[in-house]
Amino acid sequence: MQDKPYTRREFIRHLSLAALTGLSIPLLSSCGKEQVEDFLQKHFLEMTRQEKEALITRLEERYLKKYGRRFKVSTQEAIPDTLWGYGLDLSRCIGCRRCVYACVEENNSSRRNPQSQWIRVIRLKKGSLINLEDSEHYYNPEQVPEKGFLYIPVQCQHCEEPPCVKVCPVHATWKEPDGLVVVDYNWCIGCRYCIAACPYRGRTFNWAEPSVPSDKWNTSVHYLGNRPRMRNIVDKCTFCIQRVRMGRYPACVEVCPTGSRKFGNLLDPQSEIRYVIENKRTFRLKEDLRTEPKFYYFFEA
Amino acid sequence: MQAFRETVRETWRFYRKTLALVFTGTKEYYLWCLLLLCIMLIGFLCYLPQFQTGLITTNMKDQVVWGLYISNFTFLVGVAAAAVLLVVPAYIYQFGPIKEIVVLGELFAASSIMMALLFVMADLGRVDRFWHMFPGIGTMNFPSSLLAWDVIVLNIYLMLNLVIPVYLLVKTYYGKEPNKKFIVPLILFSIPMAVGIHTVTAFLYNGLPARPFWNASILAPRFLASAFCSGPAIIIIAFQILREYTFIKLEDRALFKIAELMAYAMFLNLFFLMSEMFKEYYSNTIYIASLKYLYEGLHGHNALVPWIWVGTLMNLIAFILFLFPVARERLSTLNIGCILIIAGVWIEKGPGLVIPGFVPDPLGEIYEYIPNFRELFISFGIWATGFLIFTLLMKVAIPIASGEFSHAKYMEERPPSGSKKQALL
Amino acid sequence: MKRAGEMNRIIYAVITWYILGTLLPASAREIREEFPVPPPPFTEGIFPCSGCHASMEVNQKKRELKDEHTNIKLHHAETMRWCLDCHNPANRDKLRLYNGELIDFNKSYMLCGECHGNVFRDWKAGIHGKRHGYFAGGKRTYLLCVHCHDSHSPRPKPIKPEPPPYTPKDKRNAR
Repeated sequence: MQDKPYTRREFIRHLSLAALTGLSIPLLSSCGKEQVEDFLQKHFLEMTRQEKEALITRLEERYLKKYGRRFKVSTQEAIPDTLWGYGLDLSRCIGCRRCVYACVEENNSSRRNPQSQWIRVIRLKKGSLINLEDSEHYYNPEQVPEKGFLYIPVQCQHCEEPPCVKVCPVHATWKEPDGLVVVDYNWCIGCRYCIAACPYRGRTFNWAEPSVPSDKWNTSVHYLGNRPRMRNIVDKCTFCIQRVRMGRYPACVEVCPTGSRKFGNLLDPQSEIRYVIENKRTFRLKEDLRTEPKFYYFFEA
Repeated sequence: MQAFRETVRETWRFYRKTLALVFTGTKEYYLWCLLLLCIMLIGFLCYLPQFQTGLITTNMKDQVVWGLYISNFTFLVGVAAAAVLLVVPAYIYQFGPIKEIVVLGELFAASSIMMALLFVMADLGRVDRFWHMFPGIGTMNFPSSLLAWDVIVLNIYLMLNLVIPVYLLVKTYYGKEPNKKFIVPLILFSIPMAVGIHTVTAFLYNGLPARPFWNASILAPRFLASAFCSGPAIIIIAFQILREYTFIKLEDRALFKIAELMAYAMFLNLFFLMSEMFKEYYSNTIYIASLKYLYEGLHGHNALVPWIWVGTLMNLIAFILFLFPVARERLSTLNIGCILIIAGVWIEKGPGLVIPGFVPDPLGEIYEYIPNFRELFISFGIWATGFLIFTLLMKVAIPIASGEFSHAKYMEERPPSGSKKQALL
Repeated sequence: MKRAGEMNRIIYAVITWYILGTLLPASAREIREEFPVPPPPFTEGIFPCSGCHASMEVNQKKRELKDEHTNIKLHHAETMRWCLDCHNPANRDKLRLYNGELIDFNKSYMLCGECHGNVFRDWKAGIHGKRHGYFAGGKRTYLLCVHCHDSHSPRPKPIKPEPPPYTPKDKRNAR
């Protein structure tokens, strides 16, 4: 009986070694150069200029290979003395959702499986503004605006005290010097704590690889903005960082047919947004949470 | 140098002997391990598409971003914290019957923490980027992010609950006295750490003003109270099973003492629940919505309502059973009480905590999250992993603790030294 | 010497009065800012209006038009005003302000601003209406009122909304 335990032990030993080898071969072989580079990539804020340039070249090559389109990835930094603010005229929003789809087009968001939209327009009965429990997200009438209702589009509010930045365990999201809250998609680990922490549902999760029709790609992208994302990471409205740092309006501002959306530099006394704040009755959502959002809603008529 | 080589050789010998222990056993032992391995395999196969395609294979959506995995994680961190209910009577009050099983209890806490960490890793979107969390090589957002705190304290607690029992067991194996100056501070440190891990997990939820259901100050006390019921309940059941199949010295008195402490914890748990309900229902602000969703249903959505009522009822019955010594000190009613508590607290702290936090969501939308079969099998797989780890640890620890597996005995039974290979065996 | 001093005084007085005479009336007049706008969205071929109207008689009677411009339904203070209160009767290529001043069609915002002062003030600051292009560096673009509002029936018409998002349980949101 001395042999029997020995043989069984040998058998188990051989079996476990075989299993280990069998599992490791596909794992190691799937680790191509791409995966290794991705795995070892540093945090964006810690990269030197050369590393950033190398990263951009690598990304542009990869996008060309994967999507067949030549992307132009920018890492344009914040313009000094800017703090971007947004205004939304609730008396003029008719809930047409043109902003939602313009944003999707501009920012290369996934169209289906899953559908990812950074802006959400909610409909409230007139007379109520704080209690969002009775909001309707899926209204689909023949024509808007409907009588007796008001429409509130909500997106990332780019708070000055962002709760999402506070809770991210790996510093994958932070507030840029020009006030924009951004995400480094290559650093995010997908724990979704930031989505749990956001009081405005400003952040969305890429539940799978985004599916964008090949002819609908917007190829002027920013590394922290609308570049093609990957599965299992968080993204959000960036006030169209690829546009505003070049002086252009965000896509949602441009497309709004009633001109309800205003944008500008809060530090510039001549800007449109400062005029709105000084001359209109503005408020911000959930101000009691002291997140200090830079998204000002106001009523005109 | 000689002493070092001797230590290394002894450690290696010890390790090989434990491997022999683990791989030999009764037929029931093999069947149990095989069953667990099968469940683990199914769980792993269900996890692969989640890793490949994305978390879209689960039923979680933007509205409810944490589901079954984080529910189980929360429950298991509580279970792990409950080891303190063994440590305190054993080492502070020197209560003999519990002192017999405290080492096993700490190994139980270690398995529980490993299960909890596995659940977090299953829930992470990009597990391959996990190294971003490590301070030094990654960028850990400490002290701002409570998830960072959680990672630190859970790992410290895991280390404590591995180092302490392994040290004590190895010393017992060699028949040597443990160095009190080394081990007692560690043991004493594990007491506030146990409270700490669950407090940090509670603060993780508590610090989010976006979720009024969790933003209640009473959340951390509720967590601790429910943890100190559920953990010992599993310990009581598990150790009775071990007593059936192994030679551990487990007096009924130990179980009854633990049950008495659980009664106090359950009372606090129910009292805290009552406080929550009073505050929400009496003040009747809009923030009652989540509690209403849980206990009554909201705008026609009431998937969780039967679950939470059954869970609360189970807690109540268990409390009554544990309150009266006549029921508490009879094994049959004690076991019924334990099973009721495990189920009740799991419901209350798992789905009954995580899901209503997301309903209604910050913009008022309601999405009823129900896990799909992939999530269920992955969860079963991780539970099976935890049970397997605990089984293997017990397979080694119990013979050592009972003196059956010891260096002295090995030296007795060793055949006369022949070849070097024989000596290494 | 006395004569030279008197001469100087007269010259200074004349110069002062001349300067005051030009500046004061200028400050009474409003500083007209220039707004770069795209051309008005005329229907094809309708402008210049004098192409037809130069040879037509001017009928100042308030009536519903039967022969031409029948597609225009006036729904803009129609109980108090009609076509020729804004369109200059004598020269149809111009619009008429309250004070009788004539302006071109590409300055029609001045006419709208006479009644809609609040909105006009907002529009000048750049916060009424659609914004597009560049908001900084002097490339700000303005649109005429008529680019968004039909001047004869200015209230925006209801439009069909874009589709709602997929619900979480929708199969198109899963895989």
